[in-house]
Amino acid sequence: MLKESDKIFKNLYNQFGWDIDNSLKMDDWKNTKEIISKGKEYLINEIKKSELRGRGGAGFSTGLKWSFAPKELGSRPHYLVINADESEPGTCKDRDILRYEPQKLIEGSLIAGYAVGAHVCYIYIRGEYFNEGERLQEAINQAYEKNFIGKNACGTGWDFDIHIHYGAGAYICGEETALLESIEGNKGQPRLKPPFPALVGLYGCPTIVNNVETIAVVPTILRRGAKWFASLGKPKNTGTKIFCISGNVNSPCNVEEEMGIPLKELIEKHAGGVIGGWENLKAVIPGGSSMPLLPKKVCDTITMDFDSLIENKSGLGTAGVIVINKDQDIVACMARIARFYKHESCGQCTPCREGSGWMWRILDRTVKGDATVSDIELLEDVTKQIEGHTICAFGEGSAWPVQGLLRHFREEVDKKCSGDPIVKKKRDLPYLVDQHLLEKKNA
Amino acid sequence: MPKIIINGKEIEFQKGMTVLQACELADVEIPRFCYHEKLSIAGNCRMCLVEMEKSAKPIASCAMPATEGMNIKTNTELVEKARKGVMEFLLANHPLDCPVCDQGGECDLQDQSLYYGVDKSRFSENKRDVKDKYMGPLIKTQMTRCIHCTRCVRFATEIAGVPEIGAIGRGENMEITTYLENSMQSELSANVIDLCPVGALTSKPYAFEARPWELKKTESVDVMDAVGSNIRVDTYGWEVKRVLPRINENINEEWISDKTRYSCDGLLKQRLDVPYIKKGDNLIKSNWDEALNLISAKIKNIDSNEIAGHIGDMSSIETIYSFKKLFEYLNSPNLEIREKDFFINTSDKMNYLFNSSITGIEKSDLILLVGCNPRHEATMVNARIRKAFVKSKLPIFSIGNPGDLTYDYKIVGENTEDLKKILEGKSEISNIIKKAKKPIVIIGESALELKSGGYIFEEIKNFLAINGFINENWNALNILIQNASTVGGLDLKILKSNFQNDSLFFEKLKNNKFKLLYLLGSDNINFKKENEFIIYQGSHGDRGAEIADVILPSPAYTEQNGLFSNLEGRVQECRKASYPTGEAKEDWKIFNLISEKIFAKKLFHDFQSIRNEAIKEIPNYSQINSLPNFNKKDNKKITFNFIPEKIVINKIDYYYSNSISRSSKTMSECRLKNKIFLKDGTNN
Amino acid sequence: MSIKKIHTEQPNDFIFSNENLKIAEKILQKYPKKNKKSALMPFLYLAQKQNQNWIPLAAMKYIAKYLSIPYISVYEVATFYSMYNLAPVGKYFIQVCTTSPCLLRGADKILKICKEKISQNENQLSEKSQCSWTEVECLGACVNAPMMQINNDYYEDLNEANAVKIIESLIQDKPLKPGSYRGRKNTSPEKNNQFSQGEKNA
Ligand SMILES: Cc1cc2nc3c(=O)[nH]c(=O)nc-3n(C[C@H](O)[C@H](O)[C@H](O)COP(=O)(O)O)c2cc1C
Ligand code: SF4
Ligand code: FES
Repeated sequence: MLKESDKIFKNLYNQFGWDIDNSLKMDDWKNTKEIISKGKEYLINEIKKSELRGRGGAGFSTGLKWSFAPKELGSRPHYLVINADESEPGTCKDRDILRYEPQKLIEGSLIAGYAVGAHVCYIYIRGEYFNEGERLQEAINQAYEKNFIGKNACGTGWDFDIHIHYGAGAYICGEETALLESIEGNKGQPRLKPPFPALVGLYGCPTIVNNVETIAVVPTILRRGAKWFASLGKPKNTGTKIFCISGNVNSPCNVEEEMGIPLKELIEKHAGGVIGGWENLKAVIPGGSSMPLLPKKVCDTITMDFDSLIENKSGLGTAGVIVINKDQDIVACMARIARFYKHESCGQCTPCREGSGWMWRILDRTVKGDATVSDIELLEDVTKQIEGHTICAFGEGSAWPVQGLLRHFREEVDKKCSGDPIVKKKRDLPYLVDQHLLEKKNA
Repeated sequence: MPKIIINGKEIEFQKGMTVLQACELADVEIPRFCYHEKLSIAGNCRMCLVEMEKSAKPIASCAMPATEGMNIKTNTELVEKARKGVMEFLLANHPLDCPVCDQGGECDLQDQSLYYGVDKSRFSENKRDVKDKYMGPLIKTQMTRCIHCTRCVRFATEIAGVPEIGAIGRGENMEITTYLENSMQSELSANVIDLCPVGALTSKPYAFEARPWELKKTESVDVMDAVGSNIRVDTYGWEVKRVLPRINENINEEWISDKTRYSCDGLLKQRLDVPYIKKGDNLIKSNWDEALNLISAKIKNIDSNEIAGHIGDMSSIETIYSFKKLFEYLNSPNLEIREKDFFINTSDKMNYLFNSSITGIEKSDLILLVGCNPRHEATMVNARIRKAFVKSKLPIFSIGNPGDLTYDYKIVGENTEDLKKILEGKSEISNIIKKAKKPIVIIGESALELKSGGYIFEEIKNFLAINGFINENWNALNILIQNASTVGGLDLKILKSNFQNDSLFFEKLKNNKFKLLYLLGSDNINFKKENEFIIYQGSHGDRGAEIADVILPSPAYTEQNGLFSNLEGRVQECRKASYPTGEAKEDWKIFNLISEKIFAKKLFHDFQSIRNEAIKEIPNYSQINSLPNFNKKDNKKITFNFIPEKIVINKIDYYYSNSISRSSKTMSECRLKNKIFLKDGTNN
Repeated sequence: MSIKKIHTEQPNDFIFSNENLKIAEKILQKYPKKNKKSALMPFLYLAQKQNQNWIPLAAMKYIAKYLSIPYISVYEVATFYSMYNLAPVGKYFIQVCTTSPCLLRGADKILKICKEKISQNENQLSEKSQCSWTEVECLGACVNAPMMQINNDYYEDLNEANAVKIIESLIQDKPLKPGSYRGRKNTSPEKNNQFSQGEKNA
């Protein structure tokens, strides 16, 4: 278990107050000027040495990403964009940072902005987090007042401005290029890569996109040293991580823990255990809805870090742990996730647009007992036809959970397939898109 | 040159190419839907996936830049699976209603599913229902067929410059529509029909008319304006069913205007099929003998000085040449081809051409429009200006206000004084022009029509010459001729080059000095008829025929061969795709008949000899389809008086500009829809 | 997401109020001058706020002109994002999250309550336009499931009993306080309530 003294987010639940005076007491903004004065090279190297991996889902090395920004400022400005879209089901950690640890984020932004040569930072907050955004704006104003940011921020000679941009209800805007499109005032449809945002990003300028948590841990890493951060967790999977434990546990919560903590320990120590006891556990989605679920057998021993989860054909993602116990219909649960992806697909590329709805419809029929075994084979094909063929990773995100279900619970799915494969049940539905909308006349 | 390996074969490619283009170089076919050479890359259909070494996922070849040493495979199982998968998704919600779809036989989806798809459907859910959208009188929609490739959206935004089509909603419910289902305010709108790879956007006027394999296809050129867009005329028996663009990178690329495309239903209506003679107040059906007798009797009794001929807007070089020959025989000097009295200096061919050439527009770094509205006067030239603008954001200035041109330009004056200031170096604009490397000045007929037309032309020419913009490599001087026949007529010296007499025809016409007026397909001249005896020879019962005393039916442009010189001086052939109606005779044959009646002698033996003779008369002719040859440029200056006046750009009734389009139902629908837009040039 | 229906009764005009004009100008300053289009999303919010939480067509036109962008771009954006309402919603607009984490903890029951207490159909206004409800995807408060958003506020850790109370309070126009309804501090674990004791970071 993570030592109290190694926690980065001490005010995660707002025990002490979020405003800047409290933050200062917790050592935010301490030595910021000195840290920055060590120079870009040092900052990037130090973050590389800490082995910090992005907390937004992909787990890409943050130091490495920063080093992709052009070294010299050319004619085009550089931008830092912070991804606070947090729409992945099962994930709600950035929200707590926005509202209770805003100064860590702001300070991190300044440091990251300096390291990548950005004078302007946009924080993209999902529209539903309106109150969190207002709070962050207040915190930003407080930081401006103290001249921590703005002209000659913190006395470093670096000018730095932070603006908030709200999303408006689109999960896809978490994808970094869709997010940039959204800031530019367009529909949030991901861009083709290459070119990557580090060279051609916001307004066509070099842009570094990072998750809120990634940026918010940066100041502490630099204050306590890369070595300290790297000493936590496992090699290549270092540091602490905020886990969001939701679903069928006795006490769902957000908690900061060490990377690589055993899943069982995480659930039992922090979330009060599975409802009905560990034996009542059916499966866990370990990293937000995009990640394939793990059956209980794996959950018994798995540790929560990027690499162990990949070994088990899943992923740490955003560390949104969704616990599903045996009282639940796991197929219904996954069908609902499939509906989420159907609803959130941006519609740009064919496999995702056509496939996400198809998957949901088959699963939905399965739940109702309307599917046949051959439908399930088809379902598996559909997931494979989406995976790897789309513009962005949403395709995988929608296909993987279904694949996980089929991988681990195939028998259970097949059992539900009472539909006669030859005589298809007559479905008296009108020629309609959304069968679930039948009830929703005004939708 | 960098190299790339495609299916084990190493080939060289040019920097900046995509993997798909490199594959084409290697003769490897890549299926595609969203990719289109002339549009930005969307990469959304995912049909073009190929395997790239070192990449776990297949890549979209249309979007991936080719780089040195890449190893691409297109014939692996991975690729096949990817294609089949994408095909299945595309067809999942597609209605599969090919038997009742007009795209059938020329549908990318149909063709590609044959080669790359599977033969049965596994999609057993209800298919998506999408409401059809209204997109105006030209575009028929069936949106359940849409595969969301966004070609139409990109065309409207990028090429047509009217961002009015979009994809609303998201996910599987994304729908293509115009804003609140308004019709698209563009003269290029129907090109989306060609672009749409499926039957979502099809041609409304051509709906259910024919199947592509039943049609005879004739390569031809368009005569609706002087641009000479290359077209293909599709006929079913006698009827012209549709007109489609032919690719010509030098002129229209692969687009045509809606007028070019859809005037063709006018070819079926208002046709003159037999000779008519006016008896009392009515035109009565007659026959060739009677008509020719009447004409020869009239001509014999009228002094040749009182005989005049006017050549219309769609006459070919051969027709003009033989008409001119007839008039030489008649000994009449009164021939005119202009519809209004605008200044033109015919002493050198350069003086009435679009010298920078249409492709030259893309190389230019500054454009000055003088009294012209290229959007309506030469739609494809305007599209090219827009293309240049989008590419390089070059500065565009205008003297006179042409309204919305689909790109940004700055009005730098509306009076001849403003022009004078520029030419005399008293305006900042002159310095900007002088500093440009390849400027283009485009002078419209509206400007040349002014009292100071001569001044405007000669002074601009002089300004360009002394600043070195008229030389071997670059000629910045451009006249924007409006009618298809004009350049050919000027080439054939219909207009003598002494400026004193240039207005004579119009003065005499106005003062009713002619006793006999021979209108050769001429419907657009403005005059009050008194006692003139009018012969109208043409294809349509339009304005000219209305005032005629004798009507001689002749073929329309799709019904006889003929050469046309476009505004660049490029001579192209318009080919016979169908045959003339009823008793109509080819123009030159009619002249032969008249000459036989009067002089008992044929003018010509065959069509080919007319063509040979006519070509010999064309100055600076190089060869068919090519720009003229210039050895030396004539930079002489003639001085004209300056007159201060306002440069008004004459509004064109765009969809009603000639006898064919005026007979077209489709054009009149477009005209109604776009009334407001024609009035002020913008739609809001 | 099905295509949003445009409301049948549309006001003829829309302009920003003086106060909102000032806000609009401030918003524009956040973005580079040549990227005015970036202000589109904030402007739509502004229009929505000014017009009782929904965006009329006139506002879309107004914004398009304000930012010199084509109407269709505004229309595309307004129909793409789920938070722009193109038809009136209740004074209290209730959004119930029903995505899996909430579903696992009984979101369907909350939905049922909405149907019973407010209106049978989603997006159908209750009496006097007081309330309307809609089902939404994950609102990012999964550890506080089940939950709902009422206008800007999150009501968390609900059960049937307090969901009924909350909705009734809205109907009476005396809304209850947002936040956790299990009396815990935000997202903290309930059983294991040992908070860090202000230890220093560095
Ligand atoms: C469909 C999709 C949704 C995503 N949503 C989020 C999100 O809500 N928040 C986030 O930080 N990253 C999200 N990401 C990941 C981002 O694309 C990007 O990798 C991340 O912001 C990079 O930051 P990091 O390196 O700090 O993790 C999403 C990715 C995809 C493909
Ligand atoms: S209407 Fe045709 S061109 Fe437009 S997106 Fe659909 S398939 Fe493509
Ligand atoms: S042609 Fe490449 S994705 Fe459509």
